[in-house]
Amino acid sequence: MLHYIWLIPALPLIGFFILAVTAGRLPKLVAGAVGTASVGLSMLAVLAIWVQVGFTPLPNGGYTEVLWQWMSVGGFTPTISFYIDHLALIMMSVVTFVSFLIHLYSNEYMEDDASYSRFFAYMNLFVGSMLILVMAANLLFFYVGWEGVGLCSYLLIGFWYNNAAFDQAARKAFIVTRIGDTAMAIGFFLLFNSLGTLNIQELMHRASTAWVTGQGMAIAGSALILGGAVGKSAQFPLQVWLPDAMAGPTPVSALIHAATMVTAGVYIIARTHVLFQLAPAIQLLVAIIGALTLLIAGFSALGQDDIKRILAYSTISQIGYMFLALGVGAWSAAIFHLMTHAFFKALLFLAAGVVIHAMDGEHDIFKMGGLRKTLKIAFWPFLIGSAALTALPLITAGYYSKDLILTDAWTSQNGAWWLWVMGIVGAGLTGLYIFRAVFVAFFGEARRAVTHYPKLRVVIPLCILSFLSIVGGFVEIPPHLGDIAAFTTFMASALPTVLLTTQPVPSATLAWLQIAAGLVAFGSIAMAALLFARRAPLFNMLARSRGGRAIKQFYAVGCGFDWVYLRALKRPYWRLAEIDRNDVVDSFYTAIAALTRGCYYMLSATQTGRLRWYATGIAAGAVAFVALAVWR
Amino acid sequence: MPVAFYISTLIAIAATLLTVTRYNAIHALLYLVVSLLSVAVVFYTLGAPFAAALEVIVYAGAIMVLFVFVVMMLNLADMTSLERRWLNSRMWIGPGVMSLILFGEIIYMLVAGPVTAQPVHYVGPAAVGVALYTRYVLAVEIASMLLLAGLIGAYHFGRRHGGERPGREA
Amino acid sequence: MVAIVPNYGVWLAVILFAIGMAGLLVRRNIVFMLMCIEIMLNAAGLVFIVGGARWGQADGQVLFLLILTLAAAEVAIGLALILLIHRRYGTLDADALSRMKG
Repeated sequence: MLHYIWLIPALPLIGFFILAVTAGRLPKLVAGAVGTASVGLSMLAVLAIWVQVGFTPLPNGGYTEVLWQWMSVGGFTPTISFYIDHLALIMMSVVTFVSFLIHLYSNEYMEDDASYSRFFAYMNLFVGSMLILVMAANLLFFYVGWEGVGLCSYLLIGFWYNNAAFDQAARKAFIVTRIGDTAMAIGFFLLFNSLGTLNIQELMHRASTAWVTGQGMAIAGSALILGGAVGKSAQFPLQVWLPDAMAGPTPVSALIHAATMVTAGVYIIARTHVLFQLAPAIQLLVAIIGALTLLIAGFSALGQDDIKRILAYSTISQIGYMFLALGVGAWSAAIFHLMTHAFFKALLFLAAGVVIHAMDGEHDIFKMGGLRKTLKIAFWPFLIGSAALTALPLITAGYYSKDLILTDAWTSQNGAWWLWVMGIVGAGLTGLYIFRAVFVAFFGEARRAVTHYPKLRVVIPLCILSFLSIVGGFVEIPPHLGDIAAFTTFMASALPTVLLTTQPVPSATLAWLQIAAGLVAFGSIAMAALLFARRAPLFNMLARSRGGRAIKQFYAVGCGFDWVYLRALKRPYWRLAEIDRNDVVDSFYTAIAALTRGCYYMLSATQTGRLRWYATGIAAGAVAFVALAVWR
Repeated sequence: MPVAFYISTLIAIAATLLTVTRYNAIHALLYLVVSLLSVAVVFYTLGAPFAAALEVIVYAGAIMVLFVFVVMMLNLADMTSLERRWLNSRMWIGPGVMSLILFGEIIYMLVAGPVTAQPVHYVGPAAVGVALYTRYVLAVEIASMLLLAGLIGAYHFGRRHGGERPGREA
Repeated sequence: MVAIVPNYGVWLAVILFAIGMAGLLVRRNIVFMLMCIEIMLNAAGLVFIVGGARWGQADGQVLFLLILTLAAAEVAIGLALILLIHRRYGTLDADALSRMKG
């Protein structure tokens, strides 16, 4: 059975191939069916693997399936091969499952779009690439998937390419992530150069035996991989692309820019966790980046009026939590939050999509309102998703995963109280910004009539994801509340368990930490109600003051990163380009071209068309060669 | 026999020179026939009677007859004045110099080595025939193919295509 | 047999070849050019005969035969082409036929 795991990424790619070759000639029903069914079959294949190996640990922790050798250059022999362990299995499940639901949703959601088939082609290519990324056994093959998802992200952000602003957003996403990808590629070169392999498991093994903790090469390698992860996962300082990426269709935002692709950075850090353990400084940097990002993004989300941009900043912030968890060595907690986040963030985006459809494409939450009554089918999922995002205690999946991260941030060996404080402030911000959206968009009186109600294919994914946003966290329940550790146990074969501090934290402290987290969640909702419910009188008063307006503006532009980058990087670059208008470097190559053309003109002059001149040429050549033979 | 060799050598050179310089194509052809015949005598004196016979039959006979036919068909007699204009003495300078250089180079090569009188071996038709149909049988096959190709090519070119006008591209 | 210097046979071949080459370059009439090519081919054949005589081998004559075949085929094609050119362009001037100018 495991021999057929290549089918899992192959099926969506076959779907892509069919849709790409037919180039939109298929009827919409068939195109949607091909796109959805290929992903659905892939999901079933993952399910089959679960049945076989999900509940028993794999021998040696993982299974490698080598398909063929890719190339052989000197000692460099990368293979096309897949590696699955419990970490990959969780990722594969999340990717295929959420993808399938979002494909189903898109069947209806994109129905009125002229490029229906193209949409599914891109989405399938994305799913295939993402699965390659997750399942690749060596870093080179991994990089294929990594760049594949980057390409799909670019294509889907710019899906409506007639809009110049969307194109701009697509290019921005591509270029910003490319910065990180370049760093990552250099990191791979470095690792191969010093350890002589790109096979991930072999690499980890060699690194742990050949290097000591804190060695320069380990620090350089992990820092460069972190660079790639930061770009892909939209972390500080490369987070600027993700809010603009909301230009893509809403299912794309849900799938690529919330649930799966942006978490690839978390995945690769977890995959190469051995390197990060060998470089404690970089691991701390991961935690700091995560903590900073979650705060910056949380504040930025407060200033947004566009419902999708709120969710985008919230995604950045939640991935910040995952980075925080990775940084403190809570590997499985990061993956746990990745999973629950995939559920509730996809849910939020899909519900937002329903709202946007119902409002005729309106994104501004201040132009909505009263949807609680008029659009119940979007309200309840959005509320459940918001509750999970806020980590409302006990009843939501988000609580269990975020609480695990916060607890580990305090109690683990690499953790610190100030990381916990940053995390808890971020948690408060989370509740504030998402319930701001809830109160403004769904409560109060209606400002616009609902024009469009979703049908079955949209409702089913919403229901399933709502369900999972609630129960998805029950696989890991903290000691005080029931003490289930199914997820951590499951992950134990792939990821090390979190190292706690040497003197054990008293259980009372743990309990207080959890109570504090719960209180913050409720408090933030209450605060949001106070500020934003009923036409937001208090908020309006604050916002009208001079300082309030400045702060709102500051948040609205995402804490000014775009502003800084424009002045620090883009403008100087444009100025350089302006100076080098005639392209100094190119002149060498144009000179070669000119020389070639000159030679061509000279030689074409010899093509007189006169037979006797040709004969003379031959004779002269004969004379010359005989002369060479004689007086050599 | 050496006398025959030297005499026919001189005749061959003279006849060839005349061939190249004639204005009238028929005259040139006749000189060419003379040249070929004298080369045949040279072959004979070099102990190759079979080659000499072939030279007379095929070259001086068949090929030259073909030339004569074509020259007659084209009616080149009225071109003598044109040829006279084309062949002014200045035209000869470049090719003449080049040919002399080539000639000089090869002769230099010949005289640079030791020049000794060697006996000329007689190689009769029987020996040639044996070599032709044993070691060179493949070459004979290839030669026959070449002739066939020449036949088909000549037929193709010689065919009158329907509706063809002078100056029109094929 | 009689002792001649076979080298002189080669001398003759070179002279004939040089004359043929000069003629090829000088003449503008393609019929004459074809004749000059015949002269040059014949000179090449003569070298083989001389070689065969020098070493007493039949190979020289065999190769002369092959050259003869080549010459025959070449003349057949060449004359057919000359007829075609004359029919189509009404001239035999090689310099006039320069439409292949690059």
